[in-house]
Amino acid sequence: MPAARAIVEVKEIGKTYGRHVEALRDVSLTLAHGKLSTLLGPSGCGKTTLLKIIGGLIPPTRGEVWIKGKQVDGPGPERAFVFQDFALLPWATVLRNVAFGLELRGMPKDQRNEAALKHIADAGLSGFESSYPHQLSGGMRQRVGLARALAVDADIILMDEPFSSVDEQTRRKFQEDLLELLARRNKTVVFVTHSIEEAVYLSDRIVLFSPRPGRVSKVIEPNIDREGRNPEEIRRDKNYLDVVDEIWQILKRYVV
Amino acid sequence: MNLDRRLGQGPFVWQLLSFVLFFGLWELAGRWPISFAFPPFSKTVAALLRMAENGSLAKAYFSTLQPLVIGIALCGIAGISLGVAIGLSRTMEWLTLPAIIILQAAPMAAIIPLITYIYGIGITAKVLAVVFLAAPVVVMNSYRGIRNTNPSLIQMCRAFLGTRRQQILKIILPHAAAMIFAGLRLGLAMGFIGIIIAELLITPTGIGDLITYHSSVADYPEMFAAIASFILVAAAAIHLLERLEQRLFPPEIRGS
Repeated sequence: MPAARAIVEVKEIGKTYGRHVEALRDVSLTLAHGKLSTLLGPSGCGKTTLLKIIGGLIPPTRGEVWIKGKQVDGPGPERAFVFQDFALLPWATVLRNVAFGLELRGMPKDQRNEAALKHIADAGLSGFESSYPHQLSGGMRQRVGLARALAVDADIILMDEPFSSVDEQTRRKFQEDLLELLARRNKTVVFVTHSIEEAVYLSDRIVLFSPRPGRVSKVIEPNIDREGRNPEEIRRDKNYLDVVDEIWQILKRYVV
Repeated sequence: MNLDRRLGQGPFVWQLLSFVLFFGLWELAGRWPISFAFPPFSKTVAALLRMAENGSLAKAYFSTLQPLVIGIALCGIAGISLGVAIGLSRTMEWLTLPAIIILQAAPMAAIIPLITYIYGIGITAKVLAVVFLAAPVVVMNSYRGIRNTNPSLIQMCRAFLGTRRQQILKIILPHAAAMIFAGLRLGLAMGFIGIIIAELLITPTGIGDLITYHSSVADYPEMFAAIASFILVAAAAIHLLERLEQRLFPPEIRGS
């Protein structure tokens, strides 16, 4: 992937909470435009912290993040976030939730609802426009979260363990839909997960973290050929299985 | 399921039965008699009808409910505003919260007679008595409602470029609305206590006067009728507000 141009540059980021809790130490990476990169590691390795620093939601203690050649000092229109706990407004319908990012940007109601409806359809939520989040399953709620992120038309989608509160069957279907959705749109995705299989299945590049303080332990590019193959074939692919095993051999050391 | 449904139709019948039982016991106790100052239920009802007929009841309620409504309205405007301000601003919290906590813990009934020294025995004194009792719970509930906002929703709002103003109007206030309303309901309950204390202790008017007067001339059925009718009015008002609260903020779509 050397030809792809870097869209996110993380330079020597360090983050210390309070005085003594060091979450990240000296993390540097570049993430390529139009690719799906995963931050993978055991819990407590600071991967979510790094994602929120890239998102501009948390300031780093040291170091800088540059996006499209501009230094990050807060959230920006070129980045959209998908939250682990969905972060949907419980008192708003699916339609309003999906349109919420546009609402905050001051887009007129007709216009934003029209845009939201398109993304609701793309996310497979047609017919649920006027449902409330509590009426949906976990998987469907996260589809609302994803539709909201796609609706603001950001180049970079930051996803914080988006499938961790979703059951296994839904998760697989969702992963497949996600790949399909992204293939059509040329988005750059930064994805945080603690699931090795998920990371290998989805990613163009995997950044492995060591725990406490979080540091980059290895960067792996699975190079799995997804073109014209169905998910089952990919999951039986020798390359796929080798990479899963390689990562497990590394992460195993961090598990007590 | 079937049994549930049959019982589900039942609550009204059961409630009615419990009233019949209560009033029956009252009648018995009155006829026993427990005390010569304790009239049976039937005589109390007769006294109530007499008072309704000669207009003394309506006059008393007008005089009692007027300051109550004004007091609660004041709490609704000033109390909620103050609570919201304390919830939103650390400076306001630091400045005023200790006073409000002391006010909430203080035995207000002991302070109410002091009002007379400053404001005499007019309607102002009664309004103040209501405000003194109701305001702390209204303010505290508003404050807590604001403070309880789901931090993840605030982060979502920031990630999608919401301004502080949008954060307050679109996330924090809708999230706190249910709790603020509940505070108003609890405030009303306190207001009923406040007004009756004021009428018994400082300004002999309204229902309080009915109670004191009939007790002093040994018209015990009238006295009990005034007490019972006031309890009934208070209970009905608070119950109605509770119903309204459930209608406006069903638990599944409320934030807190």
